[in-house]
Amino acid sequence: MKKFYDKLFSGITYGAAFFTIAALVGIILSIFTEGIPILKKVGIFSTLFGMEWRPVDDPPIFGMWTLIVSSIYVTIGTLVVAIPLGLGSAIYISELAGRRTKEIIKPIIELLAGIPSVIYGLVGIVFLSPFVMDTFGAPIGLNMFSASLILGIMVIPIISTMSEDALNAVPQNLRDASLSLGANKFETIYKVIIPAAKSGIIGSFILAFGRAIGETLVVLMVAGGSAQIPKSIFSPVRPMTAAIAAEMGETVVGSDHYSSLFAIAIILFFITFFSNIITELVFFRKKKI
Amino acid sequence: MEEEIKIRSEKLDFFYGDNQALFDINMNIPKGLVTALIGPSGCGKSTYLRTLNRMNDTIFGTVVKGIVEIDGVNIYNKSTDVVTLRKRVGMIFQKSTPFPKSIYENIAYGPRIHGSTARKDLDMVVEKSLKNAGLWDEVKDRLNKSAMGLSGGQQQRLCIARALAVDPEILLMDEPASALDPKSTARIEDLIGELKGNYTIVIVTHNMQQAARVSDKTAFFYEGELIEFGDTKKIFTKPDMQKTEEYITGKFG
Ligand SMILES: Nc1ncnc2c1ncn2[C@@H]1O[C@H](COP(=O)(O)OP(=O)(O)O)[C@@H](O)[C@H]1O
Ligand SMILES: [Mg+2]
Repeated sequence: MKKFYDKLFSGITYGAAFFTIAALVGIILSIFTEGIPILKKVGIFSTLFGMEWRPVDDPPIFGMWTLIVSSIYVTIGTLVVAIPLGLGSAIYISELAGRRTKEIIKPIIELLAGIPSVIYGLVGIVFLSPFVMDTFGAPIGLNMFSASLILGIMVIPIISTMSEDALNAVPQNLRDASLSLGANKFETIYKVIIPAAKSGIIGSFILAFGRAIGETLVVLMVAGGSAQIPKSIFSPVRPMTAAIAAEMGETVVGSDHYSSLFAIAIILFFITFFSNIITELVFFRKKKI
Repeated sequence: MEEEIKIRSEKLDFFYGDNQALFDINMNIPKGLVTALIGPSGCGKSTYLRTLNRMNDTIFGTVVKGIVEIDGVNIYNKSTDVVTLRKRVGMIFQKSTPFPKSIYENIAYGPRIHGSTARKDLDMVVEKSLKNAGLWDEVKDRLNKSAMGLSGGQQQRLCIARALAVDPEILLMDEPASALDPKSTARIEDLIGELKGNYTIVIVTHNMQQAARVSDKTAFFYEGELIEFGDTKKIFTKPDMQKTEEYITGKFG
């Protein structure tokens, strides 16, 4: 009887693992089968680097470059916001804060991670957008700057929790050794602890990058939606994810427009795939040392 | 022979929060000699050692009462600059602690902190420190390789070289050889013999043969108190206190 349950249990877990892999393969297969037709028809080069995204014009033009650039810019902006704040709080929590302060700040940052992205989007629309117009004289409050700022705040917890883990993993020994040589706290953090925690910290940046480039709802709500190469940081933009989410509902299944949205998904897939691989490599290297 | 006093502690009490770890320690540590701190685990040897370069300051909630003087100046004075103090008083830890940097950068770390930047000066300090730590010949061809690739014994000598590089007067060693094989241990002990004279050395050890081999003076700690302090020869042959006798003959420990 015991043997039967053992078998049943391993069967169920095997099934679960198999289903997960099958789902992944299914997703990859479907985005490729649906996306490849437009690439064949228009050509990879003019799809990727075409400057015009006019999917509903007659004749339509499917150049994705503005969408790709929008995604990249918003993601860079996100990291510009999130890296200093996330790493800064990680350093503060791990190296400087007293136990009390730590116990207050840590849960607050983790709370930030639990807020649904639609709420970030709402805050962006209702509060940040008018603020950006008033303060910076931007003609449109929903733009690259606003999206980067909101997304930046959203990914702070990723960077801060993961970097903090990396900093905590640095042996106390190293801090003592540095201090005993007459280094102050700042020199110790900057010259010993951060270099020792480097791979974990970089891993957290890459994870945040992946999260930012894949985030859909916030950019849909806050980035402004205009498919153009941004002229300033206050230009409205249309990242890839926002284009897919906004347009999929209006397309006819099997049409060129429909296929082109899957082609965008293929690009996104490759970007996140490679950022995952880089993360793996970073951590693999860390384990070896 | 008249001994010059380098470190003097007087009525020294130490607390981790409410927990008192040292009781009224009075001790005169002579200049240029090796002083060993012995005693059973948890008796306060490391705590005492760390009061001498104020490393305990970094532990939250600790309190020091009493005096620790180096060259006649109380290091717990308000005017003491801890950075200068720690430059004068180097420390070697039980577990070797090379930074995850190159051998060169490990040694250059201290001098850089204290303001040397000229490559020529650093090159000289690195070579001199490694030579003094007896490591130069083994590493001179791979100074830019990671220090993590050295053996345990080499890493510990690297840490000694790193401490020497800031030109200290005193070296504190907390069981520096306890994680090493006998051969590496012997090298560290020889090194201590070579360094003595130029440096005042205070070494914590749980190994009584080691204390007998390397030290001139021995202090026996028990439950946070200094039971007996004197010439190593005397402590190990005819100690005054019965507790000391029991400890060195292995009746407890
Ligand atoms: N960081 C610390 N916090 C609280 N108590 C400590 C700390 N370090 C040591 N102690 C306590 O102080 C006493 C002396 O410890 P220690 O100086 O490490 O002894 P030894 O080096 O002789 O083994 C022990 O009772 C130990 O539990
Ligand atoms: Mg100890």
